[in-house]
Amino acid sequence: MDGPANTMVYMIAGYAVIFTVLLVYLISLVIRWRNLRQEEEILREIEKKS
Amino acid sequence: MDAKPRLLTILDAVTALMMTAATIMVFAYAPMEAVMGPVQKVFYFHVAHSWVGMLSFVVAGIAGIAYLRTKNMKWDIVGLATVELGMVFMLVGIVTGSIWARPIWNTWWTWDPRLTTTTIMELIYAAYLMLRQGIEDPERRARFGAVYAIVGVISVPLTFFSIRIFRTIHPVVIGSGDAGAEGSFDMTPRMLQVFFFSLITFTVFYFDLMWHRIRLGSLAQRVEQLKLRLSE
Repeated sequence: MDGPANTMVYMIAGYAVIFTVLLVYLISLVIRWRNLRQEEEILREIEKKS
Repeated sequence: MDAKPRLLTILDAVTALMMTAATIMVFAYAPMEAVMGPVQKVFYFHVAHSWVGMLSFVVAGIAGIAYLRTKNMKWDIVGLATVELGMVFMLVGIVTGSIWARPIWNTWWTWDPRLTTTTIMELIYAAYLMLRQGIEDPERRARFGAVYAIVGVISVPLTFFSIRIFRTIHPVVIGSGDAGAEGSFDMTPRMLQVFFFSLITFTVFYFDLMWHRIRLGSLAQRVEQLKLRLSE
C-alpha cells in the first residue's frame, strides 16, 4: 500500500455524530430543567391558593 | 434550594477544558495510523464512550443494590440518571464503531459477538426505561427498576469479555494478542497517551453529567410529589 487509506469522510462523520449527540443531550437537560422549574412554580402557587 | 453548587461549576469548567484538550490531542498530537488513515482517530472517543457506557450500567446495578438495602429514593434517582447516560454513551459507541467498520471491515454492521452483545445490552436498558414509564407508583417503580438494573448488569461483563471469549473480528484494545483481528493495530506511545487521556476525560465528563442529571431527577421527584399532594 502506498500510504494510509483515504478515510477522512468517515472520521468527520464519526466526530460529527459524537458532538451532535452530546450537544443534543446537553440541550435536552437544559430544556427539561427549565420545564420542571416552571411546573414546580405553578404547582406551588396552586398549593398556596388551595 | 436549586442554586448550582460552586463545586459543580468548577467541575463543568474542568470538564470543558479536558474535552477541548482531548479533541486537540486527537487531531493535532496523535499520529496518523499507517494503514487505516484518519478514521482510526474515531477509536479514541469510540472506546471512551463505550467505557463510560459500561461504567454507567455497573453504577446502575450498584444503585439498585443500595436502593433495595436502604429504600432511599435518592438511589432510584441515581439509577435512572446513570442508565439514561449509559444509553447515550453506548449509542454513540455503537454508531461510531459502525462508521469505523465501514472502511475497515467493508461493512456498516456484522453480527460479531462484541457488536451483538453490545446491542443486546443497549436494548436491555432501553427496556429498563420503558418499564419505568409503565409504573405510576414511585416506590414500586423504584423497586422494579432496582431489581431490573441488578439483573441487567450481567450484560456488562458479557459484553466486555465477549471479544476475549468468542472468535471475533473486533480488535482487543487492552491486552491485545490476536493479530488476526481485522483492524487491530499496535499503539505508539503518543497514541497511548491520547487514548488514556480520552478515557479519563470522558470519565470526568460522566461524573459531571451525573451530577446534573441527579439534580434534574431530584427536581422531577419534587414535582411528582407536589402533583400527588395536590391530587389528594
